[in-house]
Amino acid sequence: MVKKPLPYTHTEEKWIRDRYLPHQWCPGCGIGMILKAVIDGMDDLGWEPENVAFISGIGCTGRSSGYVNAHTFHTIHGRAIPVATGIKLSHPELHVVAMLGDGDGIAIGGNHFIHAAKRNIGITAIIVDNSIYGMTGGQVSPTTPENMKSTTSIYGALEPPMDPISLALGAGATFVARAATWNPVHMRQIIKKALEHDGFAIVDVKSQCPTYFGRYNGISDPVELMNWYKEHTYIMKDPSDIREGKLPLGIFKDDKSKVELSKKYRQLFEHLRKEGENNG
Amino acid sequence: MELVFGNHAAAKAAIDAGLRFYAGYPITPSSEIAEELSAELPKVGGVFIQMEDEIGSINACIGAAYADRVALTATSGPGFALMQEGLGLASMAELPVVIIDVMRGGPSTGLATLVGEGDLLMAIWGTHGDHPVIVVSPGNVKEFYIYTQKALVWAETHRIPAVVLADEVIGHSYQWVDEWPEPIKIPERTKERVLEIFENPDDYLPFATDEDGHVVPLPPIDAGIKWHMTGSAHDVDGFPTIMPEKVKRLIERLWQKVWDIRDELIDYEYLGDGDADILLMSFASMGMSAKQAYLELKEEGYKVALFRPRVLWPFPGDELADIVKKNGIKKIIIPELNAGQLMLLTKAFLADKGINVEYVGINHQYGEMISPDEIKEAVYNG
Repeated sequence: MVKKPLPYTHTEEKWIRDRYLPHQWCPGCGIGMILKAVIDGMDDLGWEPENVAFISGIGCTGRSSGYVNAHTFHTIHGRAIPVATGIKLSHPELHVVAMLGDGDGIAIGGNHFIHAAKRNIGITAIIVDNSIYGMTGGQVSPTTPENMKSTTSIYGALEPPMDPISLALGAGATFVARAATWNPVHMRQIIKKALEHDGFAIVDVKSQCPTYFGRYNGISDPVELMNWYKEHTYIMKDPSDIREGKLPLGIFKDDKSKVELSKKYRQLFEHLRKEGENNG
Repeated sequence: MELVFGNHAAAKAAIDAGLRFYAGYPITPSSEIAEELSAELPKVGGVFIQMEDEIGSINACIGAAYADRVALTATSGPGFALMQEGLGLASMAELPVVIIDVMRGGPSTGLATLVGEGDLLMAIWGTHGDHPVIVVSPGNVKEFYIYTQKALVWAETHRIPAVVLADEVIGHSYQWVDEWPEPIKIPERTKERVLEIFENPDDYLPFATDEDGHVVPLPPIDAGIKWHMTGSAHDVDGFPTIMPEKVKRLIERLWQKVWDIRDELIDYEYLGDGDADILLMSFASMGMSAKQAYLELKEEGYKVALFRPRVLWPFPGDELADIVKKNGIKKIIIPELNAGQLMLLTKAFLADKGINVEYVGINHQYGEMISPDEIKEAVYNG
């Protein structure tokens, strides 16, 4: 056993593959904060790494799975959710977590995202929503706010941003929430609830990319950028708490009444087995 | 004797082999495979899921292959094109998925309900990069059963994606099947097999090789062994790398995979007396048309032979070259429902052996089969 350099907590020792550290994210990036919240949430819930499948797509967030000491798979761009679907349906006893970027999750993977929501498959989808394509050099993303700049929107984004929350609600996801890295306590509470949810759970986490999103929009200091997110978001009292020009944070939907898809399959198998016994 | 619908034979093959996961998207002329499995798989505790598209289908299969065992999808040309990205991931992560491609006329939507055989080169080289894939091609309904099972078992055993190239004629034919062969079963993943190579489960490396140079087996996911995989170039531990010597080792090994096991895979039907001047050669349903032409020409006293490869990748170049040499073949006639894809492969492999013969292609690309009479005509016209 290699002696761990300090400072590691018990949780990190259990859940992180430290042989792959240091991670490759830029200084000031929000992905590590979100990954930490996910890992702490899994540990708080008493999960064991052997019972977790942690799947990612491509991009900066795609690299997250490699650092997690579980059953991990760094898949291809946009396809983390269908891969996770195959894993969950063939081994429903696993806790399945998919960590996606905003481009990964709702642009190239948008069709998979809405259908996973529709199916209520037991996957916790965490969207690291930094409004930019980081790994490819800072291009405009589906959640880049209108008029904000990127390497492919130097005159300002012409299109309005897509709202992953409305998309997930419209598609029928049973747990839908938004969090932000500027409030880690709130973010951790929400992510833990999403992990606990038995069905398709999605958390859209507004996260800072100082390297591209910040730099191209004159806010390259990570703290300033987190403050910018703080100014543009608020923790809502309830889903009716709408404030003009700002994004609400909190839980929009938490419906425990719907049966998760892999459970429905097991019910069908049991039904057919009994029917076969009666007929046979 | 049993009158069997082609696509149902493929579904039966999968159930009999012990398939546990199918994900697909409806497309003519393959949909009856999905319909049949949607009814039959749940009865044996297997998952059937209709995904949102073919991209979702192949990736769900990859997930099931990661967590459980080989998974199956079925499609036709346009869907197969969408699956190429996933096929690349399966090749790179060395996860077993089987794609049944019931070929129809192309390109694009093409001839949705009519036969074509234009997917041969796409099956071998459709995804980017040098990658391993097994391509099998049945010629009739009974062979559709046999080669679907072989594809499932080979994919799981060797951790290579496999493509079953059937076509609309095979998929949509009712044919008499005298008797079903004894089914071959998809092997189970066991912890014991993994521990024969890695004494300590914590030392498991998903892309290490055994003493014969073959990639190590995958453990069951509930064996307490954890591993990482990626579609990026990676080291033996599954973690991405761009170190040239590591990438070189990986890609060379991947490309070599099907050639290392070619003796196990190579499979063809050869008919002839060893003195033929003309060789008839084809695959999928046109292989059977060629066979009928061969039988009739023999009857009429012509010196002909038949070569019908049922495994197309790895290509049986050595075996074909031997047959050409031993017979003293002067002309190879290839009827196929494309512009000459099997012809291209055949020429390349025989040229590599220094063989120079006359080639004649009979090519239909308009949804109509090539009849045995049309093939015989090419022989008569000498």
